[in-house]
Amino acid sequence: MDRAEKLVLGMASALLVVFLSATVFAVARLDITLPTCFTEMEPFDEGEVIEHSEDWYEVHYLAAMWFFEPEELEVPAGATVDLYLTSDDVLHGFQILGTDVNLMAVPGTVNYKRVTFDEPGEYRIVCHEFCGIDHHWMAATITVAER
Amino acid sequence: MESAGEERVSLTDASRRLILLELLVPTVLLAFGIYHGFVQTLYRAGIIRAESFLGIDYYQGLTLHGVINAIVFTTMFAVAFGNALVARFLGREPPVGAAWVSFALMTVGTLLAAFAMFTGRASILYTFYPPLVAHPTFYIGAALLVVGSWVAFFNWIPLYRSWRRENPGRKTPLAIVGIFATFVVWMMATLPLAYEVIVMLIPWSLGMVREINVLLARTLFWFFGHPLVYFWLLPAYVMYYVMLPRIAGGKLYSDFAGRLVFMLFIVFSAPVGVHHQFGDPGISVSWKWLQTLLTYGVALPSLITAFTLAASLEYAARQNGGTGLLRWWTRLPYWDRERWLFGYFFAGLFLFLFGGVTGLINASYSVNNLVHNTAWVPGHFHTTIAGPVFLAFIAMTLHLVSELTGKPVRLKSWNVAVPYLWLLGVALLSIGMSISGIDGEPRRTNLGLGYTNPGSELFVPQWASMARVVAAGGGIMLFAMVVYFAVLVSTLLSKRQREPGLGFPVAEAYHDEPAGFVANFRPWIVIGVLICAIAYAPVLYDVSRATFFGSPSYTPD
Ligand code: HEM
Ligand SMILES: [Cu+2]
Ligand SMILES: [Cu+2]
Repeated sequence: MDRAEKLVLGMASALLVVFLSATVFAVARLDITLPTCFTEMEPFDEGEVIEHSEDWYEVHYLAAMWFFEPEELEVPAGATVDLYLTSDDVLHGFQILGTDVNLMAVPGTVNYKRVTFDEPGEYRIVCHEFCGIDHHWMAATITVAER
Repeated sequence: MESAGEERVSLTDASRRLILLELLVPTVLLAFGIYHGFVQTLYRAGIIRAESFLGIDYYQGLTLHGVINAIVFTTMFAVAFGNALVARFLGREPPVGAAWVSFALMTVGTLLAAFAMFTGRASILYTFYPPLVAHPTFYIGAALLVVGSWVAFFNWIPLYRSWRRENPGRKTPLAIVGIFATFVVWMMATLPLAYEVIVMLIPWSLGMVREINVLLARTLFWFFGHPLVYFWLLPAYVMYYVMLPRIAGGKLYSDFAGRLVFMLFIVFSAPVGVHHQFGDPGISVSWKWLQTLLTYGVALPSLITAFTLAASLEYAARQNGGTGLLRWWTRLPYWDRERWLFGYFFAGLFLFLFGGVTGLINASYSVNNLVHNTAWVPGHFHTTIAGPVFLAFIAMTLHLVSELTGKPVRLKSWNVAVPYLWLLGVALLSIGMSISGIDGEPRRTNLGLGYTNPGSELFVPQWASMARVVAAGGGIMLFAMVVYFAVLVSTLLSKRQREPGLGFPVAEAYHDEPAGFVANFRPWIVIGVLICAIAYAPVLYDVSRATFFGSPSYTPD
């Protein structure tokens, strides 16, 4: 290896270390989380909205060919929403447009993510994993109400 | 480097025909794959607003597109290219009996899978995630295709051993290091796949087992699916290291770098598949993060490659009279009709600059949240597999066809334009899909009926306008391929002008250091397998405890 090669190798490694530190920063400081291995809840077979308090909602989302249950959800802005997601049949996707919620619904397991919607308005949920011939119609909405 | 130059070897007719068939069979199928790529862009733009077009449903076509372009074409090409490289660089023809068995297995497998796909019994996309189920012939076909490629590899190993024995102290030709690394990665990738397909999917699709662990199957699929992308990429790297510098009129900057890069791919290709599952339940964030780290590891050999190839091109350009800090870039044979391979390689590398950067973005843990399963992802991989990989493969197909038939390439001025047309088309397609993807537009979706239909309540205006840009890109890509096929067919139909044979442009090395610690595969394979075990054992354990029950099968309708 000549000098130029060693220099480039050093620069490339340094770049990757910077990127890696950024992923740590995102978790430690910005609280951006990914779903983890979650075993506390058994998969459910119907959707449900539980209002623990004005500031804390628990929503069980059931994805199935080709709808989400609940199809429409209303929560107040700023409330903590615990999302639990499972599938009744095949794989489905669950992305809430304009947020960092992007999950897979896998039958036999439960996915979990905590979110808060700060901006009032209508949010759309899109199924983004192929789930059969009517996949392109599978969508739902969340309405975030002003306080 | 050994045996630089354009030396040609002659092959027996049996080997010659075999390699030609291995190149042409998937190329014929490619016509369907390309056709449906273009039609997809029309559906997505709402120009075709229907469930199906000319008898093929959107998702059936998308399955054909993925399976033919990304699995069948690439696998058969890699085997054909390997057979040719072994014959040329080891000076030993792969035993023809086993080589034909390998081809027969791959062809029968492809036909079985094609039967299932064309008859609409396997419209479950090339990832075939259960519990969507296809006709058993689809899985059996896939298994035979893979086994056929194994047979080809096992056929080369004794030839490599005997070459090493007879040439003690000589460096293994770099092309051989590259293609063997390709197939070592392929073995590491296809073992988990074989478990998924043979142990889990086939019995389940036959109804012998009722339930399947969906998350386990998906995890095994991606244990295969990421090294798969290096199985695609590495044959292109062989061409870039061994051939590109010579075509450009120069030398390979560092032979050692090439060897190191191939060994690093053996180590880092496989233990990274969980980066496709960041949004999945049932896998701890620690293991997701560990595989992010390892994915950055696999970026390293590509960064080394970027430097080595740029340095090789600079050397070539300066030999051609290039000067200045950047002006030398103008002294490369972009439009040289005789050195047409250059354009295919260069356009591919240009796309790969974007493919590499977007790949790092995808791998970046929480950033992946923004783009997972959106149109951004096909935007990314049309600048990798449909960029450098595809251009290198179709270029080498044309080169080998010309060599093995003794027929010089025809329609040369059209031929030099193909890679640049393709580059332009992919640029539009990928930019369009990347922008909409960041906006949340889903991939694998027939958008025209709802999301890009002004008459639907699902309508999203900015997706609709961007989808037009994508369709324009798709049209240009289709046009490039029509020209390519015209060149290929008119070459095949022309008169033989010289003895059939087999030759490649082979570069000398500028720095030709001893191979040192990258002389042997074994230590790298051992490290690679160990890292795989460390990266995947806890993942598989997590999956097993997070799955409460298995799933019966569902058809997509
Ligand atoms: C005319 C050329 C091509 C066009 C217009 C095109 C277009 C597209 C589009 C629009 C998609 C996304 C469809 C969706 O997600 O709903 C797609 C997916 C894909 N393309 Fe292409 N493509 C072309 C060539 C290629 C080539 C040459 C390859 C590989 C060698 C390739 C590999 C793939 C793969 C693997 C997918 C993913 C399929 C899936 O998600 O199941 N494409 N293509
Ligand atoms: Cu879906
Ligand atoms: Cu990957």
